[in-house]
Amino acid sequence: MTPRAITFELNGEPVTTLAEPLEPLQAVVHDRLGLTGTKAGCRQGSCGSCTVQVDGEPVLSCLVPIEHVEGRSVRTIEGLTPEGGELSPLQAAFHEGFATQCGFCSPGMITAASALLERNPNPSREEIIEALSNNVCRCTGIEPIIQAVQDAAARMRALEEAAA
Amino acid sequence: MALLRGRGMAAVNYPTGMNLGGDPSQALIHSTPTGAFMIVLSSVDLGQGLRTVMQQIGAEALGVPFDQVHVQTADSDTGPHCMGTFASRATHRVGNAIINAANEAREALFEVAAEELEAAPEDLETDGEGNIRVKGVPERSMSVMDVALAAHFKHGRTISGRGMYIKPKSDVDPETGAMDPDSTEAHACTVAEVEVDTETGHVRVLSLRSAYEIGRALNPALVQGQITGGAWMGMSHALYETTAPYYPAIDHSPADFTNYLMPGAAELPEIESKVLEIPSANGPYGMKGVGEMTANSPIPAIANAITDAIGVQITELPITPEKILKALEEREKQEQEAA
Amino acid sequence: MTTQAKPFDVIGRSQERQEARGHVTGDTVFIDDLKFPRMAHMKAVRSPVPHAKVRGVDFSEAEKVPGYIGHLTHEDVPKNTYTILTLIGVEPDEEKVLAEDRVRYVGEPIAVVVAETEQAAFEAASKVKLDLEELPAVFDVEEALKEDAPVVTHWGTNYFVYEGHECRRIRYGDTEKAKQEADHIISGRYQMSPIEHAPVETTGCIAKPEADGRVTVYTNTQAIFFSLDNTAIILQMPTNKLRFIGGTVGGGFGGKVDVIVEPLATLGALKFNRPIRYVYTREEEMQVSSTRSANRIYITDGVTSDGRIISREVTTYEDAGAYSRHTPYGVTKHAANAAGPYTIPNVSIDVYCVYTNRPPSSAMRGFGVTEASFAIEMQMDRIARELNIDPWELRLRNAYRNGDERPYRKITQDATLVETIQAAAEMAGVELSAELRAMSSDDREGVN
Repeated sequence: MTPRAITFELNGEPVTTLAEPLEPLQAVVHDRLGLTGTKAGCRQGSCGSCTVQVDGEPVLSCLVPIEHVEGRSVRTIEGLTPEGGELSPLQAAFHEGFATQCGFCSPGMITAASALLERNPNPSREEIIEALSNNVCRCTGIEPIIQAVQDAAARMRALEEAAA
Repeated sequence: MALLRGRGMAAVNYPTGMNLGGDPSQALIHSTPTGAFMIVLSSVDLGQGLRTVMQQIGAEALGVPFDQVHVQTADSDTGPHCMGTFASRATHRVGNAIINAANEAREALFEVAAEELEAAPEDLETDGEGNIRVKGVPERSMSVMDVALAAHFKHGRTISGRGMYIKPKSDVDPETGAMDPDSTEAHACTVAEVEVDTETGHVRVLSLRSAYEIGRALNPALVQGQITGGAWMGMSHALYETTAPYYPAIDHSPADFTNYLMPGAAELPEIESKVLEIPSANGPYGMKGVGEMTANSPIPAIANAITDAIGVQITELPITPEKILKALEEREKQEQEAA
Repeated sequence: MTTQAKPFDVIGRSQERQEARGHVTGDTVFIDDLKFPRMAHMKAVRSPVPHAKVRGVDFSEAEKVPGYIGHLTHEDVPKNTYTILTLIGVEPDEEKVLAEDRVRYVGEPIAVVVAETEQAAFEAASKVKLDLEELPAVFDVEEALKEDAPVVTHWGTNYFVYEGHECRRIRYGDTEKAKQEADHIISGRYQMSPIEHAPVETTGCIAKPEADGRVTVYTNTQAIFFSLDNTAIILQMPTNKLRFIGGTVGGGFGGKVDVIVEPLATLGALKFNRPIRYVYTREEEMQVSSTRSANRIYITDGVTSDGRIISREVTTYEDAGAYSRHTPYGVTKHAANAAGPYTIPNVSIDVYCVYTNRPPSSAMRGFGVTEASFAIEMQMDRIARELNIDPWELRLRNAYRNGDERPYRKITQDATLVETIQAAAEMAGVELSAELRAMSSDDREGVN
């Protein structure tokens, strides 16, 4: 396959990269573009640690060919982290709720949860479970993660109300 | 076809440390000129929070605030020897090593402070807020930082300590098995409630209620992390995961998480736990290891709950729907033959 | 080591973990996130069959793959033997770092190839031709002990020899006599299949040659010095020429203590003078890397009608797979815990470390104790049912107390099983009798 220039929006900025069209998005983002927060736990779409958002939808980036995101918007964990050192409400909820232990699944979990909270600010437990159903965690027992997402939703709603 | 409920319990012990001992750990502590303490280890934090707990132990033993201590780990050039993180040994061995090192550093700190404050070392105390003062005379006080500065630039003394902990290696008698396997024992007791679908063989774990006796909860949230994560892994062992689903056959071996089954978020039971603290004789502040035990008691508790539900004991793990249905079929056949 | 009388200042609080910030921002650096100039990639060439003689290995097609740098075979390894347990005094050394004339499990590494890219390394490994003569294989932990079973080990028996014995044994009291005095004999057979640690981050390391002749190895091992020392022995190099850096592990659970990738990556770094990245694929992690052993446990108890266990015989077969790794040690740990946290006057335990043509098993969370607890507690349940005794009462009456002697002849201290059971009963809404509620680990009230 001949590499060609592929342009897409990455964390709000336009980026052009030279890649073979079928190269996995995870590899492009992690290896070529140096955004190492998006992990490769299996490269087979079975663990979710590679989750990124494409046009707001969570996808398993190890299964997405780079040409699929041409002209689209991609958001990784780095693009979900506020500038200036603060944590987002979701990140703070994970951190303070001890919903991360080894940390390897955390970027994928947070990216998937963030996509959920964008479209559904008040998700039920079932909706959270559904949104995280592609993400494997081996350390926490998952319950702290569900509670962190619930906690984050509450924090975000409170911020909305305060701003209103 | 029915949903049958059952309850089962299991009580277990868990030993702390490598079997038979002989697994040392060392710690080095030194103060910077401004009284920031560095604890240097070669130990490895696996995500369970070892580094944080070591920092807490170090701060407690030194008598300074948590933020005045930093822990560096996992560099063989700078960290003294540690056997490794396994066998529920790390907090016990490394923690004790840090306490030993901290005692030595604290002694040096107090000797310098004694000269500065013109008192005897045994008349001094730390206030836990970064100061050293004369007992009963709080106005005769000095910050740890000032003591460190004085130590470095006036007295020419280091504020440092070395610590080592080992349970000496012992042997097993090959005839009788006589041995001294561990430093202490933690305990757990789990009550599991399950619901078995006799049509599909699927088991739903409704609840896991457990009591854990762990000596001392040095960091309750991190203990809870092991409890919740361990309960999940125990449930996974009991019902889902294996690399050889039809042992001894070697085929059907899962290659990724699609086929290596583990409970998902939709399978989580209600988890309730209680932590008991009955200090051990030799753990740092009386703690006992907890990281492995939490996965052990749920396994037989769930298996026993299934027995209670369906009246047949399935003794091969994982207890898959296939095994449940086969067991129910077998029992029905036996009942028919008896009739 | 002392308990302070005053309340604590720092311990006892739920202090947040500072490194967790990096976990939630994606900033934490794992092995796969590290990159060095001129970094090359290592992949293993593995046996596709469970048992075979290795007649030849042909790299000619692999060498033609664009990006191919080189390969390593057993001839390149200075001391081609795993020494995992030698460091704690257990012999013999049997497992090879790279196979010589025999392979004993599907996935056993025969060679490693090194290439410019991971893709090229995969391709080159797939093009290495193996000339293997298949041998009969055995996969079951009891079948392997039969007279006519294929022999897995190089010393001729499919079991580890414990100072002249076929198994690790505990002999305490007289179980034969006690069984005759018992009112009931209750037996059970309990089995666990192999379990994989399945961390979300696979095993891996990068070995980087430094300008001063040392090698820095970045690794997700659970044990820095254990890995360094084993690597130094295998490479026959002074330990201070190696620097092992780690401390960020994407899940351990006992699966990252086998020192599997560091020796070969370091050897590659020295031979090719490039940083060498050797990271397991998900398939390797799930199918080749060590597991918790499969095990089969037989328990026969002599029990009185009022529920006292006066005799316990346990025979356990642990499936070590093709090589020892940590299993001979785990077997001893299992033996110590195989009678359970109960005071039983007559105990006989035999634990076999059995070799089969399966991927080697090794340490995993609960090593040796998980299966003991599983089997014992199912057996206790069986006793309770057969004797129609309340399962809580059965545990509490037989639970060990401080001062009791264990079957391995240590005097019990720090026993708190009674209190733990009482607390769990309360949580679960189980009414215990006054007598059971009054029991304590510090006396034998209500026991005998």
